[in-house]
Amino acid sequence: MNRAKIISAPFMHSIDSVPRTMLLVMLALAPATAFSLYQFGWPAIILFFIIIGSSLLFEALSLLLARKPVTPFLLDGSAVLTGWLVAMALPPWAPWWIGVLGGFIAIVFGKHIYGGLGQNIFNPAMVARIALLISFPLEMTFFMQPQPLFAEQSPNFSQALDIIFMGGIDIDALTSASILTQIKILHFDGQSIGGANGLVSDLPTAMLGVLPGGMGEASALLLVLGGVFLLAVRIISWHTPFAMFASMALIASIAHFFNPAYHPGMLTHLFSGGFVLGAFFIATDYVTQPVSNTGRLIFGAGVGALTFFIRAYSIFPEGVGFAILLMNAMTPFIDHYIKPRIFGRSKSGEPLTGQLPQGGGK
Amino acid sequence: MKLFNVPGGVHPKDHKELSADRAIQAVPMPVELSLPMHQHIGIAAKPMVQVGELVTKGQLIGMCTRGAASNNGITAPVHAPTSGRITNIAMQRSPHPSGLPEMMVTLEPDGADAWGELPAALDPASSSVSELVERIHRSGIVGMGGAMFPTAAKLDARNNVDLLSLIINGAECEPYLTADDRLMRERARNIVDGISILQRILNVPNVIIAIEDRRVQAADAMSDATGAHKGMSVVLVPTLYPMGSEKHLIKVLTGEEVPSGALPSALGLVVNNVGTAYAIHEAVRYGQPLVSRIVTVSGGAIKHPGNYHVLLGTKVSHLVETCGGFSQPPEQMLIGGPMMGLSFSDLEVPITKGTNGILALTKSEVKPGTHRPCIRCGACIPACPSSLEPQDLFVLVRNEKIEPALDAGLADCILCGACSYVCPSHIPLVQFFNYGKGQALEMRNEVMRAARLKRLSDERLVRSEEKARQKKAKQDARKKAIADRKKAHEQKYEGEVKA
Ligand code: SF4
Ligand code: SF4
Repeated sequence: MNRAKIISAPFMHSIDSVPRTMLLVMLALAPATAFSLYQFGWPAIILFFIIIGSSLLFEALSLLLARKPVTPFLLDGSAVLTGWLVAMALPPWAPWWIGVLGGFIAIVFGKHIYGGLGQNIFNPAMVARIALLISFPLEMTFFMQPQPLFAEQSPNFSQALDIIFMGGIDIDALTSASILTQIKILHFDGQSIGGANGLVSDLPTAMLGVLPGGMGEASALLLVLGGVFLLAVRIISWHTPFAMFASMALIASIAHFFNPAYHPGMLTHLFSGGFVLGAFFIATDYVTQPVSNTGRLIFGAGVGALTFFIRAYSIFPEGVGFAILLMNAMTPFIDHYIKPRIFGRSKSGEPLTGQLPQGGGK
Repeated sequence: MKLFNVPGGVHPKDHKELSADRAIQAVPMPVELSLPMHQHIGIAAKPMVQVGELVTKGQLIGMCTRGAASNNGITAPVHAPTSGRITNIAMQRSPHPSGLPEMMVTLEPDGADAWGELPAALDPASSSVSELVERIHRSGIVGMGGAMFPTAAKLDARNNVDLLSLIINGAECEPYLTADDRLMRERARNIVDGISILQRILNVPNVIIAIEDRRVQAADAMSDATGAHKGMSVVLVPTLYPMGSEKHLIKVLTGEEVPSGALPSALGLVVNNVGTAYAIHEAVRYGQPLVSRIVTVSGGAIKHPGNYHVLLGTKVSHLVETCGGFSQPPEQMLIGGPMMGLSFSDLEVPITKGTNGILALTKSEVKPGTHRPCIRCGACIPACPSSLEPQDLFVLVRNEKIEPALDAGLADCILCGACSYVCPSHIPLVQFFNYGKGQALEMRNEVMRAARLKRLSDERLVRSEEKARQKKAKQDARKKAIADRKKAHEQKYEGEVKA
């Protein structure tokens, strides 16, 4: 972990480094985040910083406990990014302890239990989200109409403190179901979503992020923009997001074609809930996705398909988080079976048979 | 010509502009030359001179006999780079960073730089192939691209297979280095003459001269020079590191992959460097042995980077002085390029046959970074020209799992450093692979030793069994003889009775 003098070639290095990677991911997340924070006002802003702060705190404590050097790891940006992603996966007005717990679960149980940076099997932010969702379903599904900052109904700073820290809020008065939740309710009632097809016409609004939802569900459009930026600076490869979008689009279209009363169209699936955030920012987590591009195609396709089936047939309206965790568990197998063919060897690893080209020569 | 894709590769900033436009210059005569007897792969040469002896330029000072059973033909002699007096012959710390002691001859130049009596010039057209190869061997020529494999031994491939093509490696893919580039721009005719000698020796119908597509002037010069020669063509290859790797150059040019563990000759190909061809030209046409080479001196810490015609044995300190010294204290001194070169700090190390560059890099050029754990980003996989999975391989080596690492392709790693170059965690991957290869070698030696012991004991067993068998046979023979005699006696008796 030290900036030791290099003793072995190469003595040149590309500009890539872990902090640079983390920084660029945060940069890509920034527009969508800023927009969400604006949409949900002071309570969301306060919660956001609570989560990041607690993530840093738990990171430092874990490093101390593990007797690892604190400063370089703390400054690599990974803890901030994890906290940030946890924030994106929570309801914007969740109480403070949900935020702190989220940071704790993500950093301690999501990462350090496994041995720290690079060692975890599951994406820490998703571990936190799913653990919280199962333990505190009420708090975790409290979605509301956006209350843009400085708008009339938007709480001011002190009201916001009250909401986040004292629970000073009438949940029932504000709560509002997201598209996916509305569909799930119709499913439970055994009703056709035909009426809810009106939802689908809300799609442009959904993409702009002015519909009820979680922090990271706010603006699909800005998240796509961030994703494209990450592709452009080559921080992520296209394989995972592409496979995710493609498999979801395919399966959702087929399902919608055969049973439009039950299945919404593919655009609803692609651009509502946490799908876009998941595709560009969560599933592409280096540590927990396969290392090879072929492996990433399989992985992404799996996440897309699982998300569809969870959304359509489970009791949960949203399935991206579960799907990513399930595919995370498959990653070691995918990596084990998908190996590149070594130069000069056959697929099975035998040296190629040196065949003298015929003809020519003397 | 149609080119093929190679896996992997990276595009480090090449910094060649520092020295590419500097013509090759001479270096003032140094006050002392240090000549290691081991400037090639294989068995070291033996000093042939005495302390105090006066030598002429080109005189043999380190000898070895090719074809002696001990060296398998893989060896090369060493010659005096200038005239002067031998002042020391001793084991000294080697210029290699390992710092192991090796035999070194010290020569004090007399300033006359006078050639002694040289072997007669050969006419390639009328000389026999074995004469030409013998000349190449006796001139101490080795692979000048840095590999230092004795050239004569490489040419032996002609005895084992029908060769199809000769590939001349002018793809100087290491950043900073411009020695081959300048050589091609300034001495193309001589290089091409050397190539045609190689072509005659190997008896190949065609020759491909591969040059990076960014080295336009070199390519033009070489194309001009090849004009009248049959079967020679200059091919531009993509500027990509490590394009200069033999196996990858072959892949780009032919689409064929040299089988793992085999040599290019398995595909009917031989690869030689442009500098080697140049040295062959001098050895054959003028009888001059290899006593000097072109070296790029560059890097942000060098005041006047450039390309120099350097006598072997010249110390780095002298070269740096010739370049006006340092403009700032270097962060890293390197022999060779930044991707595969060796770090050193003692400026008294000499230039040897394989030294294509001396670099003095500043901190901002080296970009030292903090080592972090692997984040499984996978960046090293598409960078690897051998299509390995460096992130897996280094964990295996780190855990001393050498056998599994070999299964995962450790032996196919060419130590190019592309993986380390891109790794955002700054993991010194190549260092692990180097170590792993060393361990594997040791293991193999161990296995070989064990096998030898087993063979010896088996032999002894066989011998003692044989002895026992012989003894038994003898006993049986004796018993049989007695029985026979008895029988004969009885028969005789019976006969007598009957009678
Ligand atoms: S050093 Fe070895 S593992 Fe790394 S890129 Fe080069 S060949 Fe591949
Ligand atoms: S580049 Fe470095 S951090 Fe990324 S997978 Fe390879 S070894 Fe790990």
